[in-house]
Amino acid sequence: MSLILFIEQMLNGVQFGVMLFLMAAGLTLIFGVMGLINLAHGSLYMIGAFAAAWVAGMTGSFLLALIASLAAAAAAGALIELTVIRRLYDRDHLDQVLATFALILIFSEGTRWVFGSFPLFLEIPPYLSGPVTLPGGIDYPLYRLAIIGVGLLVAAGLFALIARTRIGIQIRAGEADREMIAALGVNISALYTLVFALGAALAGLAGALVGAIQSVQIGMGEPVLILAFVVIVIGGIGSIKGALVGAILVGLTDTLGRVLLPVFFAQFMTPQAANSVGSSLASMSIYILMAGVLVMRPSGLFGKA
Amino acid sequence: MRREPLLNAAVFLGLLAVVLWAQAMDEPFTITLATRVAILALAGVGLNLALGLGGLVSLGHAVFFGIGGYAMGILASHAQSYSPLIEWPMLIEGTKSMPVIWLVAMGASGLAALGIGALSLRTSGVYFIMITLAFGQMFYYFAISWPAYGGEDGLSIYVRNGFAGLNTLDPIQFFAICYVILGLALWLFSRLSRSAFGLALGAARQNGERVMAVGIAPYRLRLVAFGLSGVITGLAGALFADLNRFVSPTMFSWQTSGEIMVFVILGGVARLFGPVIGAAVFILLEHVLGGLSDFWHIYLGAVLLGVVLFARGGIIGLISGREVRHD
Amino acid sequence: MTSPLLDIRNISKAFGAIKASEDVSLTLMKGEIHALIGPNGAGKSTLIKQIAGNLNPDSGSIWFDGRDVTALDTVARARAGLGRTFQISSLAMEMSVLQNAVLGALGKRGQVMRFFRDVMRDAALLEVAHAALAEVGLANVAGTRVADLSHGQRRQLEVAVALTQSPKAFLMDEPMAGLGGEGTARLTPFLDRLRHRAPILLVEHDMDAVFALADRISVLVYGRIIATGTPDMIRQNPDVRAAYLGDEALT
Repeated sequence: MSLILFIEQMLNGVQFGVMLFLMAAGLTLIFGVMGLINLAHGSLYMIGAFAAAWVAGMTGSFLLALIASLAAAAAAGALIELTVIRRLYDRDHLDQVLATFALILIFSEGTRWVFGSFPLFLEIPPYLSGPVTLPGGIDYPLYRLAIIGVGLLVAAGLFALIARTRIGIQIRAGEADREMIAALGVNISALYTLVFALGAALAGLAGALVGAIQSVQIGMGEPVLILAFVVIVIGGIGSIKGALVGAILVGLTDTLGRVLLPVFFAQFMTPQAANSVGSSLASMSIYILMAGVLVMRPSGLFGKA
Repeated sequence: MRREPLLNAAVFLGLLAVVLWAQAMDEPFTITLATRVAILALAGVGLNLALGLGGLVSLGHAVFFGIGGYAMGILASHAQSYSPLIEWPMLIEGTKSMPVIWLVAMGASGLAALGIGALSLRTSGVYFIMITLAFGQMFYYFAISWPAYGGEDGLSIYVRNGFAGLNTLDPIQFFAICYVILGLALWLFSRLSRSAFGLALGAARQNGERVMAVGIAPYRLRLVAFGLSGVITGLAGALFADLNRFVSPTMFSWQTSGEIMVFVILGGVARLFGPVIGAAVFILLEHVLGGLSDFWHIYLGAVLLGVVLFARGGIIGLISGREVRHD
Repeated sequence: MTSPLLDIRNISKAFGAIKASEDVSLTLMKGEIHALIGPNGAGKSTLIKQIAGNLNPDSGSIWFDGRDVTALDTVARARAGLGRTFQISSLAMEMSVLQNAVLGALGKRGQVMRFFRDVMRDAALLEVAHAALAEVGLANVAGTRVADLSHGQRRQLEVAVALTQSPKAFLMDEPMAGLGGEGTARLTPFLDRLRHRAPILLVEHDMDAVFALADRISVLVYGRIIATGTPDMIRQNPDVRAAYLGDEALT
């Protein structure tokens, strides 16, 4: 397999990873600060994608579509936080899982009711389409590069937010000791709503960005949600750094696995068998990676042990 | 007399009564519905063992449901095409005998449960939830991408499998098989929850530290519970595939895992008949609400949300109050 | 000279720059109550955790009943005969008093993997459980849910469960905590009699109880044992007075 193909796949893996990071960062923040496991995060991803597709369809502007995705997801996030989620902070994980699963049902069917069962389309805007020639003579889609760029920008922004702003300090303090910051007079309710909406916005943005490459359809969020869980398990709950490292690892493993494993098996199997064995194993590779990390570090790579 | 055992008896006999009535009125579809209730309840009893007794929030229990289903699918499809599974190192042929299929289904899902449990039970809390969900997904994608048994399209089994002496194609006879198995599973659950194992497991669910302080290791308890739980849900999977004469990767999906958990919660988690009532209510809702609106899942979600926020003990909790301690 | 039942040898544990335990040594002899006192933050809980098996010391060893148990976890140490009560009641809250006691008896007996017989009808386990409950005075509330018990009754149940273990030594973490005058007055003679069944390493803040019960007292300050001796010796020890008791004499 040529070097060019390999590098292309590596970039795909990084792009995939960066999108996973947007999901995982929100989830891990929400868990770290509020102690809540949120299954509805996939729905927020979907809402962002649908909002973007709808606005793009109405206005023709991709930029407006992205803004819409952020706004819609953040609004949906804030809404459910105020009505449902805040009743769950003191409950056990089972209750949180069930309630947020109920939200998935409501959101999925609700979206289907509004938009119908057929997928929507979100088009890559002309100024972002087409290939870009990278050093070394590799042609790579500009849009995917843009996604990588946006993702890394968001990562940098998150790190800066957490490390350098007052909100960031409150977040870090909240992760360390929830009761204490309430006692210190920080407005917990507002903080929690903010963190939840922020996580939601990130998910919505990811949904919108990916929606242009894949289709925008009901149920698009849950597979990504589960992958984000894998990322968090690998990276360690509560750690944004872990989410980034885990996400890139998962993205690369999945993408490169799909490409390399059939090639590997073709060394000693018929191409047809190699393909089927290879792609079956590739679909499992991420989970094998997760299992491997768990055996060595049960709290994840950067988790608080 | 205490309310819960009365309720349990009423539900169990009620299910049978519905079927006998349907037989008399020549309504085979109702019998099939009741059979679905029994099988899904069985899957729920399995989950309830891990979740209700053990406190293990397993979000990937559909793994075992799917393994049971595919065990049936693989064995039966090889039998119906007269081709052996493998020829070396020993000849293994397919089979359409239910008892054999059940044994294989239970063995396979039990092994998978021990494997997944051994890895996942080293973690706790949220990690455990996410990991079990992830393993479910893994099997789902594997089943989709493995072409030999239908992949995404699934696998059809043309004729229902056989059980000596019975005409399994007759709805009421197949129901009888599932009903008896459900009864046995419920009996087992009841014995387990009163046993030394059940006491220790329940105590570990409430306070792991306490159990360790008296010299009992929670990990081993939970692993056994998870393994048994997988076995029961796996058997349900085999029966489900037999009912529909069809297996597909959907049996592994997170939606299926979620649904099984919904029945258990609706009925009342940790209650003996929780899964039975929950499955019955779920099938009823699906049938009635589904007939009224294509979007009935919204109502299901709302009901579930209501139960979680306001009626934690599920239907049994509403009717018979907090579980009566037995001593 | 008889060998100690519990022998803690030169335990050290540091969390980063904080030395929670620094070269701590103490022994527990048969038939004695050895009290461990010290101001808040002295490192008592860290030391308890290391003795019980929740934490591994960085260096040093712990010997129990003649065996090196340093590498054993809490479950193994419990099986070896180290009974324990917790500072904050650690009980199965939704179960009844009797069920908690039976759990203790079950842990002692072993053979937990029994699936078919009703454990609450097991005569042998019930006998042990009822006896323990009777000793602490909880026989009349055997059927009550632990969550419905008063604080004092839960402390009593803690002790009862420890009794079901027939341990070789007790590790008690502030059994008097939150008990109030009457409860303390009942628990004190109880512990006094208990020492003959198995010695007690007693961590306590209630100084009256400590000085009334203890055969020996060790004082832990900033992770180090600054003194070990009889109550009289400790009362007069100038370092102890300065660090902990203050200059007011305690009778």
